[in-house]
Amino acid sequence: MDWDALRVSLWLGAGTIALLLPWGIWFGRLLAVREFRGKLLVEALVTVPLVLPPTVLGFYLLVSFGVRSPLGQAFQAVAGQPLPFSFEGLLLASAIANIPFVVQPIQRGFEAIPLDVRDAAACCGLTPWQRFVRIEAPLAWPGILTAAILTFAHTLGEFGVVLMVGGNLPGETRTLSVAIYDRMQAFDDRSAGVMAAALLAIAVATLMATTTLSRRVSRRRG
Amino acid sequence: MSRVRSIAAALLTAFCLLLTTIPRVAAQRSPAIAAAANLNFALREIADQFARTERQRVELVFGASGTLTRQIQDGAPFEMFLAADEEFPNQLSKAGLTRDAGAVYAVGRVALFAPRGSPLQVDDRLDGLARLMRDGGVTRFAIANPEIAPYGRAAEAVLRKHGLWDGIRPRLVLGDTIAQAAQFATTGNAVGGLVAYSLVLGELEERGTYAVIPTADHPPLRQRMVLLKKAGAVVERFYRYVQEQDARAILQKHGFAVPQ
Repeated sequence: MDWDALRVSLWLGAGTIALLLPWGIWFGRLLAVREFRGKLLVEALVTVPLVLPPTVLGFYLLVSFGVRSPLGQAFQAVAGQPLPFSFEGLLLASAIANIPFVVQPIQRGFEAIPLDVRDAAACCGLTPWQRFVRIEAPLAWPGILTAAILTFAHTLGEFGVVLMVGGNLPGETRTLSVAIYDRMQAFDDRSAGVMAAALLAIAVATLMATTTLSRRVSRRRG
Repeated sequence: MSRVRSIAAALLTAFCLLLTTIPRVAAQRSPAIAAAANLNFALREIADQFARTERQRVELVFGASGTLTRQIQDGAPFEMFLAADEEFPNQLSKAGLTRDAGAVYAVGRVALFAPRGSPLQVDDRLDGLARLMRDGGVTRFAIANPEIAPYGRAAEAVLRKHGLWDGIRPRLVLGDTIAQAAQFATTGNAVGGLVAYSLVLGELEERGTYAVIPTADHPPLRQRMVLLKKAGAVVERFYRYVQEQDARAILQKHGFAVPQ
């Protein structure tokens, strides 16, 4: 087991959640309660990372933030190091790749709240913020939790974009999934096997958790 | 609802605990060195020896020479690059990314490998492979991707020289690196492959049979290393160490010829 890789993976998962969740709650709720022109397009754009090959994302990130691009040079001048092949670069890639995993469950969570509940809350004289904190957030909670869990699991499983944007730097961008690939190439099947089993266990646990949560939501709906 | 909440609370607590216990970055990170995949066993041994005698550690990152070159051009924070050829490091020195033109540290060899139970009979003139092809017995044959891996290029040259290239092309499986090609060649998914001799000696030897290909059959695999612009004192020391007697002995043990 490569503990450094496990640490990088866990931090990447946690960082992605921290980066995306506040924004995702705001945006998911917006998509759930508002109707506006171009909503279809916005929803499509939010979903794009789901169907996009990770290599496409990796390509664009490397081309736009590589040290040979103006944007990349500007970033390096400010941050002192290039964005690709750093943990921060991975975090950015992972945040983009996970947008649909955050927004969609949250949107479903808020959509599941009956309209009259919201209206009643408004009639009771609660401010929008109070309505959100006291009524909507507790009701949409399973959706928000599902979003966090899915994002975490998906980040742990990300491979293509991590290898492309992060390289394979131990302690910095070598995640568990990349470490498995690395160990396989070194004919170290034992370590690869241990790490693969760890990721499999995490994936199964994740799916069990999300299934439980979505059952709660649909039961409440029905 | 309360159950969901308690699950959520438990998960969040566990998560926060987890985060506080693990610092993100290891206290002191060793400098990173990029190395061609054929060095997987030899260079690890050299780095271990280096750690024992010099009390300094370096991190090794293996990949195809072409892939690593591209990463260095894109700003990957390596301090040194050991390639499987001369072309890729020269490309980097021309772009002004290296300290100087570097040095040839080893000359590699290619070997034909067949896993245990394979119908392929290995010999250094590839007669067995030609025979198996005529009989239609070649299901898959592994080499490294010639575009990014110098050992793949050497394999292509060997197959061309024996007039087998056009016939075998539809049967080729291409590894991203020579190590992956070796992986393909051993797992029984292929009748065999043309791999680095250093990997055969490092790992494949007991998994099948092999024949070392004469050096005249492909352009020489002169492997060059370069110090990159951000090389620090430890890596400078390692660069010299690779050229010293201890390291040269290890390289020779792994099937490399070392320059005088």
